[in-house]
Amino acid sequence: MHSLLNFIRKHWFVVLFLLLEVVSMVMISNSYSYHRSLSFNTVNDLTGNVFSAYSNVTEYFALKKANESLLEENARLMSRLKESFLTTDTGFTYKDTLYRYIPAHVVSISINHPANFIMLNKGLLHGVKKEMGVISGNGVAGIIIGVSNHYSLAMSLLHHNSKLSGRIKNNNILVNVIWDTGDYRFGKIQDIPSHVQLVKGDTIVTSGNSLIFPEGIVIGTVEKYENNPNLAFNEATMRFATNFKNLQNVIIIDNLMKEEQQSLLKQENE
Amino acid sequence: MNSRLIKNIIRFVLLIAVQVLIFNNMHLWGYITLYPYLLFLLLLRFDINKTNLLLIGFFTGLTVDFFQNTMGMQAAASTLLVFVRPAIIKFYFKTVEFAPREEPGISKLGFTGFLKYAFTLVFVHNLLLFVTEAFTFSGIVNTIEQALINSMATTAVIMIIEMLFSKKKKGL
Repeated sequence: MHSLLNFIRKHWFVVLFLLLEVVSMVMISNSYSYHRSLSFNTVNDLTGNVFSAYSNVTEYFALKKANESLLEENARLMSRLKESFLTTDTGFTYKDTLYRYIPAHVVSISINHPANFIMLNKGLLHGVKKEMGVISGNGVAGIIIGVSNHYSLAMSLLHHNSKLSGRIKNNNILVNVIWDTGDYRFGKIQDIPSHVQLVKGDTIVTSGNSLIFPEGIVIGTVEKYENNPNLAFNEATMRFATNFKNLQNVIIIDNLMKEEQQSLLKQENE
Repeated sequence: MNSRLIKNIIRFVLLIAVQVLIFNNMHLWGYITLYPYLLFLLLLRFDINKTNLLLIGFFTGLTVDFFQNTMGMQAAASTLLVFVRPAIIKFYFKTVEFAPREEPGISKLGFTGFLKYAFTLVFVHNLLLFVTEAFTFSGIVNTIEQALINSMATTAVIMIIEMLFSKKKKGL
């Protein structure tokens, strides 16, 4: 007995080392058993608190990814809306998609020129074509004017040539929306019949006349309106729903019935 | 004396925090995980009481284990690291004169001296870690290779941290 104690004292370093290693190995093998879930709950509260405090900070770095996934989900959900289906009769829904939604990421964007463009990371290979609509999570953003294999270029609403057919949401009166250059936050509503009263905050939505956007997508809200009864048509300042300065993720809208609608219009014109 | 203890505590907390919050979430090329927290064990003063050395090694590893949910793995590897540490110091730096309570840092051992000291110990740690992780000796060559690559990367990070800190000391 005495000699054993002596041995331990003499080789205490090695003995303690082996002891600690055995403890570790027991822990490792225990962690493979189901007892683990019982014994480590208290510890997990502690570490969990540390991690949740930490993730409160780091979550912001993942917001971009979260946004993208939400956008995809939105696109998926929007394609299931009633408006996305061709309804020919109240009692009958033609089960075919009317609009397809392609989520895309903004590669580059400008807001400080008279003619601004948005480059997106989706192109021909993803089914993007000219004259498709581009919307952000908040509202209309632009129209595709050029497509390459992997990228597409959209004419922003912030373009001196951009002209969009809109509708005042309350009373369905048709108006036109343009951008008279300058401030990226504000556009102009034209062709407002003078009998119409607009107040600040009234919503302007897409009319659905253009074959590009489905109807009812927000373009912006009225910012300032001065009614001049002497004119047949008035103008108003409008705040764009889309924040072009922070635009990161958009959805490209593909109107699947566009060709059919266009050919019909062509027949009519001939 | 007291300020030395406080310094060690601060170093412990900082390195563990960096380890748990940053480096444990980073997996370079999918399989390299850096363990800069080992720097804390490397920098313990050279003449530390051997019992304390083992216990500190064990509990430092265990702390990282808590946050990783890998109970025992880091503890086993860290304990092995501090166990071979005195022998490694004796082996490499027989001729180096240590003042009492001196730390075997880069300012004492020089760049190459600290490099081989750090790499050897980190490799020992990584080897046991990878073996217990794999839990089998069947792919031992593969495991050694992985441990080698991983410890080279970890040593690089440790060298950078140590260089930054010792530079600061000189500047002050």
